Amino acid sequence: MCTGIVENTRVSGAGKGPNGWVPLNQASVSYDHPDHAQAERVVIIDLISEKAGLESRIAVELTPQSARDLVRAILASLSRGEGDELEERNGSVY
Amino acid sequence: MQKYRTDTYEGMIAETVTVPGHDGSVINAYFARPLGSGPFPGVVLIHHAPGWDEWYRETTRKFAHHGYLAISPNIYQQFGHGVPEDIAAKVRAAGGVPDDDVVGDVKESLGYLKSLPQSNGKAGIFGTCSGGRQVFLVACRTKGFDAAVDCWGGRVVMSQQELTPKYPVAPIDYTKDLSCPLLGLFGEEDQFPSPQQVAQHEQELKKYGKTYEFHMYPKAGHGFFYYDRSGYRQEQAMDGWNKVWAFFEKYLGTSDKR
Repeated sequence: MCTGIVENTRVSGAGKGPNGWVPLNQASVSYDHPDHAQAERVVIIDLISEKAGLESRIAVELTPQSARDLVRAILASLSRGEGDELEERNGSVY
Repeated sequence: MQKYRTDTYEGMIAETVTVPGHDGSVINAYFARPLGSGPFPGVVLIHHAPGWDEWYRETTRKFAHHGYLAISPNIYQQFGHGVPEDIAAKVRAAGGVPDDDVVGDVKESLGYLKSLPQSNGKAGIFGTCSGGRQVFLVACRTKGFDAAVDCWGGRVVMSQQELTPKYPVAPIDYTKDLSCPLLGLFGEEDQFPSPQQVAQHEQELKKYGKTYEFHMYPKAGHGFFYYDRSGYRQEQAMDGWNKVWAFFEKYLGTSDKR
């Protein structure tokens, strides 16, 4: 919480963490100093299962550039998979 | 500051204790003290955003090693118990711990230190990262501390958009109420706080005639004391620690024989 930058969103899906696969309900996305990554600042993504609890949290710390690359990859895969349907829903995929 | 001697007796006790927290709560704290009757000065340590973790336990013992009654309250206790980084994630997602609660927790730990028969009646406050910000906040909003050390505390300067019910006032706006001398250690490659924000804070301290020392280290970013993180900078960290010991010795006194 050095930066105070956090965005929370509800998600639906499943993730594999330290205790196996769990249903996911929440994503918390922060821009802050890392605990583990070799970088000055990172994007921290915590994927949380309300059922399984914090100990089953799936966490990543990504350098800002790799976070942008990941966003592009996610959007690109969505665009290829859902195409016009996605664009109609969201206006623009980018 | 005396140098360490091989013929110096040394002993300490360090353990988890329970202490009063804000609003009548009871919280855990890690308490380390030199053996003996003292009198010793006290230091409250406010842990950083990664949580009430091993580094803070080590640092609490480090202060005891240097002759201080040192206590580090778990200011995240209201978020439950678990692995420190999991609790820190919970705090992060919740938008942080309210400033009022931190002030309450630290004030109670100060009272605990000063109630000890070994206390010399003086007490300082030390914190890093978000704990550095909270050091300044507490030093402005409470009386009873004799010296404060803010290590790279971000968000002392806050925009209107950053204020929330948990952080209703930017700490810099309390500067006129700062109740004790302040030491600030910062890295010039840090952006939270940025050198510009540190300069802004310094201007405010000057404006109100406060006693302070700010040191801006070249080739250092955020958290340059943390030997377990990539931001560690050995030369700057050792110089910084020496400034901490000298500052506290000046304002708190010490029985340090290191």
